[in-house]
Amino acid sequence: MKIFVPADAAARALGADAVATAIAAAAERRDVTVQIVRNGSRGMVWLEPLVEVETPEGRQAFGPFAPGDAESLFDAPSVHPKALGLTEEIPFLKRQTRVTFARVGVIDPVDLVDYEVNGGLTGLRHALHLGPDATIAEVTESGLRGRGGAGFPTGIKWRTVANAPGAQKYIVCNADEGDSGSFADRMLIEGDPFSLIEGMAIAGFAVGADRGYVYLRSEYPDAIAVLDRAIILARVAGLLGQSVLGSDYAFDMEVRVGAGAYVCGEETSLLNSIEGKRGTVRAKPPLPALQGLWAKPTVVNNVLSLATVPMVLAQGGAQYCSFGTGRSRGTIPLQLAGNVRFAGLFEAPFGLTLGEIVNDIGGGTATGRPLKAVQVGGPLGAWFPPALFDTAFGYEEYAAAGGLIGHAGIVVVDDTADMAAFARFAMEFCAIESCGKCTPCRIGAVRGVETLDRIAAGDAAATPLLRDLCETMRLGSLCALGGFTPFPVLSALNHFPQDFARSKEAAE
Amino acid sequence: MPDAAVVARTAEICREHAGREGALLPILHAVQSDFGHVPALALPIVAKALGVAVAEVQGVVGFYHDFRAAPPGRHVLKICRAEACQAMGGTALADAAKAQLGVDWHGTSEGGVTLEPVFCLGLCAAAPAAMLNGVLAARIDPTRLAEMLAEVGA
Repeated sequence: MKIFVPADAAARALGADAVATAIAAAAERRDVTVQIVRNGSRGMVWLEPLVEVETPEGRQAFGPFAPGDAESLFDAPSVHPKALGLTEEIPFLKRQTRVTFARVGVIDPVDLVDYEVNGGLTGLRHALHLGPDATIAEVTESGLRGRGGAGFPTGIKWRTVANAPGAQKYIVCNADEGDSGSFADRMLIEGDPFSLIEGMAIAGFAVGADRGYVYLRSEYPDAIAVLDRAIILARVAGLLGQSVLGSDYAFDMEVRVGAGAYVCGEETSLLNSIEGKRGTVRAKPPLPALQGLWAKPTVVNNVLSLATVPMVLAQGGAQYCSFGTGRSRGTIPLQLAGNVRFAGLFEAPFGLTLGEIVNDIGGGTATGRPLKAVQVGGPLGAWFPPALFDTAFGYEEYAAAGGLIGHAGIVVVDDTADMAAFARFAMEFCAIESCGKCTPCRIGAVRGVETLDRIAAGDAAATPLLRDLCETMRLGSLCALGGFTPFPVLSALNHFPQDFARSKEAAE
Repeated sequence: MPDAAVVARTAEICREHAGREGALLPILHAVQSDFGHVPALALPIVAKALGVAVAEVQGVVGFYHDFRAAPPGRHVLKICRAEACQAMGGTALADAAKAQLGVDWHGTSEGGVTLEPVFCLGLCAAAPAAMLNGVLAARIDPTRLAEMLAEVGA
């Protein structure tokens, strides 16, 4: 009897380890032989811990599972109070188009055989067969763009690095997923780490790099442990090393652990951090593609960009490009977070409207109260009121609506939320996390908190000052931290002016 | 730990990382993992091993939130302050923790619990979230948090 109990950090934080122990104990008492697989999460976090039992008809789901539910799992599973039916038939999962997350929650994350049986390594083998040039062409044709938020075409970045002179080049994976509301990188690494390793190996082959680093945040201890283990297994199996899959291509990689600095998610800060320096931002140019890690040509890609590459190579760039809308091609793993009923990860082609995402898929708020606003793209993303819910999910579409998709984290708040407080928090966060390199961010964020406090105290003259300050930060900052902090601040002010007036009344 | 032991162990850690590209952060993580903080005594040893100025090492230690200059309490409680957790009562959870422990952020209670803010544990779909002594907990409220503290004897 094969039973799946996720070891994903969210499932564990909701008690999955105790569930696994209880199931093992119950099986032993009944003298039933069970194999418990600690898989990744299926992404339906409101049902975690989500236990699955393999049957001839498919995997049967049970959740949210408590240790006390273990005994009855062996009595009469079909009438189990937590029975959810076949996992694949749960509407939230059935409606998805899983490409990047195809294996997450399905396979044993640290079983390379399971990975290969489920389509793994096909992309890398195909790339080795195609050669570097055709591999880059395939990625370019797919329309894949940077999933970290900047949206730069991955194929063009790779071509730049491939053409850059230099014997030593690097592949750097940005796994410094610091945006609130984002957890896709963590889920991917914990649930299917070999896809990231394979993607990095393909990238290295395409551009002529033999060394890779994954910069992974220290707040993700489980992901660090899983990826470290997967890298060791990949070396043993010859997926990494002097002869990748028996070819004459050499590639190896390692994990570098961050140290709690949000700004290190910015690519040049990240490179400084790997080099062992303070994580301050570098001015661009030079582009990291030409002078990146230790001033060598470097590909810096997000986890999801790299982990999608094996599928692009396996199924063809044209197939991936057939999904999506406008210039946003392929699928995007949306992350529904905060005050939302069906919180979790939903991978779909670009183009869903925000209303479809938070109301139809997300089911509205978790508290059942009216939905007030949605922040898309992390702490630097804009707040969207329901009036903008017809915005289609895409890079250009969000920019046109005064926001950004960022890493596709979506935080929902209900009508009890104080948007003036969120605006203040955005400035406070920027002040705490500023690397200090440029003045608009370092000083501007501190002045921003003070100015918002003046507005809250009823000082009407402070509002134009805040707008002016935001303009300076937007135009004058070196990177997105200072440059984009105005997004949450001004969107809160523009869409919810009553909250700023209310704080004025309270002060009086 | 006596000074000589700190010096000896730090030197050993530096030797373990010898020849590694960009070894400073891995070394500092290893030092903090052993001592619970990065002792001032360790800085000149690390600086010498890497051939950089002590000020440079000090600058790196001071830049990153993770590295502590002094040992924390017997327990470390991190509570997420980010937006997704705020959307589900994270601020009230933090306020309850501060009241129960009688400290503000970065303070250590009489019972030896150090309270630290964290900006996102990646549990945003099960907010609010916290981490006690390295163990994650999600979808918690002040009652559950008090139980967690009691369970570790804090």
